[in-house]
Amino acid sequence: MSLKDIFEKTIPKLVLGPTLLASLLFVYGFILLTGYISLTESRMMPTFEFSGLGQYVDLFDNERWWTSLTNLGIFGTLFIGFSVAIGLFLAILLDQKIRAEGALRAVYLYPMALSFIVTGTAWKWMLNPSLGLEKVMHDWGWTAFHFDWLVNPDMAIYTVVIAGVWQSSGFVMALFLAGLRGIDDDIIKAAQVDGASLPTIYRRIVIPAMRPVFFSVLLILSHIAIKSFDLVIALTAGGPGNASSVPAIFMYQFSFTRGQLGLGSASAMMMLATIVAVLVPLMYLEARSNKAMR
Amino acid sequence: MNHTLKPGRIVLYLLLGLFFLYYIAPLYVMLSTSFKSLDEIRSGNLLSLPQAVSFDAWRRAWSSACTGTTCEGLQPYFWNSIKMVIPAVAISTLVGAFNGYVFAHWRFRHSEILFTALLVGCFIPFQVVLLPMAGLLGKFGLANTTAGLVFVHVVYGTAFTTLFFRNYYVGVPEELIKAARIDGAGFFLIFRKVVLPISGPIFVVCVIWQFTQIWNDFLFGVVFASGEAQPITVGLNNLVNTSTGVKEHNVNMAAAIIAALPTLLVYLVAGRYFVRGLTAGAVKG
Amino acid sequence: MKLKHIVMLTTLAFAGSAYATDVEVLHYWTSGGEAKSAAQLKLIVKEAGYGWKDFAVAGGGGENAMTALKTRVISGNPPTAAQIKGPSIQEWGREGVLANIDEVAVAGKWDSVLPKVVADVMKYKGHYVAAPINVHRVNWVWANPEVLKNAGVAGMPTTWDSFFEAAEKIKKSGAIAIAHGGQPWQDATIFESVALGVGGAAFYQKALVSLDQKTLTSPTMVKVFDTLGKVKGYIDKDAPGRDWNLATAMVINGKAGFQFMGDWAKGEFASAGKVPGKDYLCAAAPGSAGAYTFNIDSFAMFQQKDAEAKKGQMALAKAVMSPQFQSVFNLNKGSIPVRSGVSKDKFDDCALKSMADMDVSGKNGGLVPSMAHGMAIPSATQGAISDVIAKFMNSSMTSADAVAALAKAAKTK
Repeated sequence: MSLKDIFEKTIPKLVLGPTLLASLLFVYGFILLTGYISLTESRMMPTFEFSGLGQYVDLFDNERWWTSLTNLGIFGTLFIGFSVAIGLFLAILLDQKIRAEGALRAVYLYPMALSFIVTGTAWKWMLNPSLGLEKVMHDWGWTAFHFDWLVNPDMAIYTVVIAGVWQSSGFVMALFLAGLRGIDDDIIKAAQVDGASLPTIYRRIVIPAMRPVFFSVLLILSHIAIKSFDLVIALTAGGPGNASSVPAIFMYQFSFTRGQLGLGSASAMMMLATIVAVLVPLMYLEARSNKAMR
Repeated sequence: MNHTLKPGRIVLYLLLGLFFLYYIAPLYVMLSTSFKSLDEIRSGNLLSLPQAVSFDAWRRAWSSACTGTTCEGLQPYFWNSIKMVIPAVAISTLVGAFNGYVFAHWRFRHSEILFTALLVGCFIPFQVVLLPMAGLLGKFGLANTTAGLVFVHVVYGTAFTTLFFRNYYVGVPEELIKAARIDGAGFFLIFRKVVLPISGPIFVVCVIWQFTQIWNDFLFGVVFASGEAQPITVGLNNLVNTSTGVKEHNVNMAAAIIAALPTLLVYLVAGRYFVRGLTAGAVKG
Repeated sequence: MKLKHIVMLTTLAFAGSAYATDVEVLHYWTSGGEAKSAAQLKLIVKEAGYGWKDFAVAGGGGENAMTALKTRVISGNPPTAAQIKGPSIQEWGREGVLANIDEVAVAGKWDSVLPKVVADVMKYKGHYVAAPINVHRVNWVWANPEVLKNAGVAGMPTTWDSFFEAAEKIKKSGAIAIAHGGQPWQDATIFESVALGVGGAAFYQKALVSLDQKTLTSPTMVKVFDTLGKVKGYIDKDAPGRDWNLATAMVINGKAGFQFMGDWAKGEFASAGKVPGKDYLCAAAPGSAGAYTFNIDSFAMFQQKDAEAKKGQMALAKAVMSPQFQSVFNLNKGSIPVRSGVSKDKFDDCALKSMADMDVSGKNGGLVPSMAHGMAIPSATQGAISDVIAKFMNSSMTSADAVAALAKAAKTK
């Protein structure tokens, strides 16, 4: 092999080098560090004396942690479910060659541009019983209207779903729309010539062809759901009481405000474990279906 | 797709209209509140139009609202954010482009595994990295500077940009690359002459995504750039969340919209390229 | 050559201004009123020849500020001072990062102008590490006399029984009896005033400061939760998440009769142009007339490497304790000066009452630190206790269960 060939062989690795190194250090290195701290008695600042799994025991003995986990389950499922459903639905609607598609698309998409703090603040206002939607309905004469989910401990987490879906479904719609547009028109035309009805076409051709898009969407939405922090803080601050607390808030508060870094780190490791448990099968499936399509 | 019956179209437009209301309502509330006076807000209701349009809240939000002992509004933070976002987006996008190029067309042993490993980096909860990163930045003298914040955003944004570019470049036919290689072109030449020219759409997607993520970030901003280098999200948070003071809702709403303007603008202007870019393969496989 | 000269001169100009050492202070005073109060400090520091670098981080009840502070300390670059209070000062002291400001304290005779209970909190291992700013009283109850009159209530109730009678009358008259914001810290504020009123200062000290298990599980504590449960009944259903100043607004507007809140509420009344005694009434929470729950804001000083920075820090500490700052700041904020020797004129009746009560309770053992506002116990324990109270206020938890949960929470390290 000539010098040039050797050079060419190593360049790709060199280019990738800094990124991989950064990932090794700033992602995996920090994860290991957090893992280690979760095995210590760290309180306000990190200390490094090993003390076993005590923090994990305390973590699962903590009622607020269980509330947070449950909320994540509820929020995650509903958020992803509705975002996908609404996003797909809107994409199909918009794909019907309607007028003002550009304007409508802009309106559906713009929420993604807003920071979660802005979204949470706006929705907190709108869902507030005495200032928002309920008051408007009362002012308009519909006095039996009740919408106090925001202040109801059992229902508060669902308001987070409403705001979260609002923020992300437009983006999902854009992804699905792109996927729909990428389907070859000829196949559709052939099916129509064969006499297939519109719903059947969607069911048997369009939706299966969108599988890669589905995976990307699920990946991105899971990412948003698990890391949901800003939105919940701005909308309910984890309340009423701690009824809508989620793991990200739990971790932040215990690590930083309450000076229980060890416990907070344990919760962070649990969050990571959840992420890995959800995403690794997802990515494996995607990689596999990828290979099948090549 | 061919469309047929009129009633079907009516239902279609109706549904689209309903969703339109769902999406536009918060923006309407924010805008109308920002033009009202405080008394009107306290006594009126959320959806009513302002009785007298006043720009006072906007003026205050931009240049005289208090965000600490300084009462200069959001203006200084706005420029801080610009100074920080532009380098961060540029660097992370460029790095992602090269990385994606490597993963798509210059695969080597274990490169798929490395790619997956890199991807996992997307999902790390950011709170976890705050303390260790602060320690490291301190050692390099980058603590509390705009440069340090840019560095952090580049490190954690590159995983996403690499994903976008790699998925897109996978759609570039291998034959093109092979042909160029046979002609004797090397790594960088092929990138410049073959790949780069067709990368327009994905660059747009990436820039939009990164701009939005970095501009709207709060956590890194509050922790790694305190004091005068604070980005606009931190300024907004200070303005809106007073601990024991009076809440000026109209100023808060105006401030929130000001903070959101750049990203909204980016989406408006580049929005159609966004969908085009996605269609061109950013998210396939 | 001209450009070179310009560049050189510009650089020199910047270098020149960089010579004035900056004092950097972390705080969460971001509203207009608060900023005015803090600006006074900025002025004094500037007069002493130092620059001021503002480091304001609002929100989350100080959460974001604490996060920012911790990262700054870890990166080896702490601010000159930070708004830290109570036991947290001790926690930071244990990390070995606080600066010894005895020099200023001795020169200013701090030991003789501060009440002992305050001075102790400002010291770590016998050395001053923090400068106190003000004294807030937490166990106040505020009322709208119009609402009381309409309901047929004569004067402020002094016992819990008479309070509930009054609340019932107000409810019947169509107004809301108790204005409240359902946030954990507000819930905790009511809780501790109830505990103080029902159990007395000694009980409060044993249970919520010393965290004595026996006292925490005593029948008195059950009675405290029973009373709190009754209070719950007089709060309107829209309370959860409501900000404290919106609740105060309800009292100002005559929509509600009472609010349990610390004296920063006075700022709201003042902004609305209301006069104490005429437009609003202030009194100690029922049953706690001889007691005083204090909440003291303070600036903890962090070790600085630079000698100039150290001098700036001393100037800051001196400025905080200066009668000039104490007077202006507290007049604006609704609290009272923490040191003696500050002129009493311009302070309103409620403030004067606060000062008098502080003296009295200081002598009879009724001067107790606020648990809800981070003065009494470490943040981890306080957080756990707040969780229990918040749960009680937002569910149908029984008093017995609450007591058990409280005792468990008190064991949090």
